[in-house]
Amino acid sequence: MATPAAVPHTHEAGHSASPSGLWSWLTTVDHKRIGILYGLSALAFFVLGGVEGLIIRSQLSVPNNDLVSAPFYNALFTMHGTTMIFLGVMPLSAAFFNYMIPLQIGARDVVFPRLNAFSYWLFLFGAFVLNVPFLIQPFTAGLDPSSTLAPLIRVIPDGGWFGYATLTGKEFSPYLSIDFWVAGLQILGIASMAAGFNFIVTIFNMRAPGMTMLRMPVFTWMTLVVQFLVVLSFPCITVALILLLMDRLFGTHFYIPSAGGDPLLWQHLFWLFGHPEVYILILPAMGIVSEVLPVFSRKPLFGAPFVIFSGITIGLLGFGVWAHHMFTTGLGAAADAAFSVTTMLIAIPTGVKIFNWIFTLWGGQIRLTTSMLFALGFVGMFTMGGLSGIMHSSPPVDLQQQDSYFVVAHFHYVLFGGAIFGLFSGIYYWFPKMSGRFLDETWGKIIFALVLGGFNLTFFPMHFVGAWGMPRRIYTYDEGMGWDQVNLLETIGAFTLAFGVLLFLISFFRSMRNGAKAGANPWDAATLEWITTSPPAVHNFDKTPMVYSDRPVWEKSHGPGPGYSLPEGEEHIHLPPPSIKPLIGAVGVGMFLTSFVALNLSILALGMTALGLALIFYSFYTWFLEPGH
Amino acid sequence: MGVDNYKLAMWTFLGSECFFFGSLIGTYMSYRGKSLTGPYPLDVFDPAVTSISTFDLLASSLFMVLAVHYAKAGEINKMLGWVAATMVGGLIFLGFQYYEFSHFVHEGLTLKSNLFGATFYVLTGFHGTHVAVGVLLLGSLAWSAKRGHLANIGETTEVIGLYWHFVDVVWIVIFTLVYLLEYT
Repeated sequence: MATPAAVPHTHEAGHSASPSGLWSWLTTVDHKRIGILYGLSALAFFVLGGVEGLIIRSQLSVPNNDLVSAPFYNALFTMHGTTMIFLGVMPLSAAFFNYMIPLQIGARDVVFPRLNAFSYWLFLFGAFVLNVPFLIQPFTAGLDPSSTLAPLIRVIPDGGWFGYATLTGKEFSPYLSIDFWVAGLQILGIASMAAGFNFIVTIFNMRAPGMTMLRMPVFTWMTLVVQFLVVLSFPCITVALILLLMDRLFGTHFYIPSAGGDPLLWQHLFWLFGHPEVYILILPAMGIVSEVLPVFSRKPLFGAPFVIFSGITIGLLGFGVWAHHMFTTGLGAAADAAFSVTTMLIAIPTGVKIFNWIFTLWGGQIRLTTSMLFALGFVGMFTMGGLSGIMHSSPPVDLQQQDSYFVVAHFHYVLFGGAIFGLFSGIYYWFPKMSGRFLDETWGKIIFALVLGGFNLTFFPMHFVGAWGMPRRIYTYDEGMGWDQVNLLETIGAFTLAFGVLLFLISFFRSMRNGAKAGANPWDAATLEWITTSPPAVHNFDKTPMVYSDRPVWEKSHGPGPGYSLPEGEEHIHLPPPSIKPLIGAVGVGMFLTSFVALNLSILALGMTALGLALIFYSFYTWFLEPGH
Repeated sequence: MGVDNYKLAMWTFLGSECFFFGSLIGTYMSYRGKSLTGPYPLDVFDPAVTSISTFDLLASSLFMVLAVHYAKAGEINKMLGWVAATMVGGLIFLGFQYYEFSHFVHEGLTLKSNLFGATFYVLTGFHGTHVAVGVLLLGSLAWSAKRGHLANIGETTEVIGLYWHFVDVVWIVIFTLVYLLEYT
């Protein structure tokens, strides 16, 4: 077993002492604390999105059900998708980026710690903007439709997570629901892009000496690819949303056909973002699995450079496949053929990765920990999602499957069976590092069985009921269509899955308090985060390691090379002081964007917009002048 | 090691901005000639006026280069002078844009009139906003350079210079595709 290489001792008073209290969390610029904040927020919203999913499944459990109204059902599937994508999977990935990237590259923090805090607070603000309508609507639903406050009657976003024009236009959505959605997504976009710039510079510039690009852990590599996807794809949806906002606020006709506008413009801009977004969701999980499988097979990752370059290739191709979401819009044979080919091409690097993962297992000393089980589950489930994906890369097939439950089955296999399984694997893998304690393994295996079983029971039958013609996004269906038993089965599966997640949450908070103690490197893993104490000291590393290998910690204890070394003598440690400016800045940006979308409603919104702008200037200028950073 | 942190962050940001303006310009181009009613581009454009403002913005990029040069050479007073000249160049450009917008509105072209109005104002409006932000950045740069707040004036000036040149290059693309293309 590797021994903790870094013995914690203080160089300067106050560095190792962890400040506590609410204020210390509001002003924190420590990447580990920000990672924890991202993680806990993401889990909370994951539960919220899950509850929305459960209500959807309950509504659909029997034909002609009236548990929820049709308009509320629209709000439910819109918010289920939006929440799971932007408030569940993305921030849970961000939790690992924040916590693990500086540790994996041997750095003390990200390059711009306050910008990092700004990203988190802005994300949280955006999440509130999207969800506060749930609290408002019960009070405004009864307003007089002829009053000036009529736009408040429906405020929960209800245009689908993809928000297709012309449904989102003023004509068909005169309520504030779409405006809340626009504001929320713009805020989340800025938060993600700010984090993207931060992590790209961090990964390029903050690596420990000796850590060349190809010695970087695969998770760090996938994070780098994801950040490029974020900073290059989010501007497209930013523009799409700006144009929508112009239509809604200032009477332009970008998406309005009667004045020459083209609703397809929205689809192009949205999917130019939306398809890279799919890889933004899945690549972090691929990175996690590429860490977990080798560790629990006690082998290096098979063909690691191929896994890395496949990740890069997936990222690049991800920008060239967006119109496969639009085969049914009639783009013409040439465009359909081109996008069909690029879509099939992307299966090649993905397939390379899957085979590399399988070959990593081959001949390894496999330890079936919960983390490993979820990683194996990822490989299996993601492959199934990938296979149905290849099916609808063919336009004639896709024309049959579009808007049916077959597609719902497909993307849940990739996003739940893929992304969420990978993230669960990451939680079980890194929890000991983050808390100093193990998650309970016995519970873990029960949870894995429930999640895997419940997941497949929910989503596998959707392939069939979709192929039989059941459309997506319908709030109910007649009996005698042949869908009844299947839908009931799916609902039972969903509740099984939810029970598994509930057990996970209980286990998570129990283990946080009284899980078995974990040492610095409990899994005998290979990457630098495992040489720090569990949990790591505020300054991460007493000494910046010199790296000689892509598996430094493994080679240090198992050979053949030296792995890494620690320099002689004392090292000066500079940590940035806490700051409240990022929080103020985030409130400013959030307030500005949220009030802007309501400009037409009241003069109050104009005042709030100005106040938001003032806060932005105040925080950014004082931020810039803050000493000690 | 490698590229300075702030410079690398700026390059990444500008990469992101390429997609932002790319989407806006793409929107303009895909709606070009699709307006159902006037005024049309040739009804309102005055290429002579826009050429002057284009020349002004290009000249400001030259001033920016000189500002970076003197910042790196440590001649702060000269640097401040050229930063001021760059800001004036930016402000004159914004003045021209204000003139152009109010003139066009007077001719009957608004956001609501047709697709040309909507795409034109949104595209050039966002470009103008970027110029305004650039002027603010330059003002902040001059102010903090004078106060001695900057650890590395040369590097900071260069990073802001990158932004300024980018905004200038975007204008060259806009001027070519939006204005000049109408006269081919």
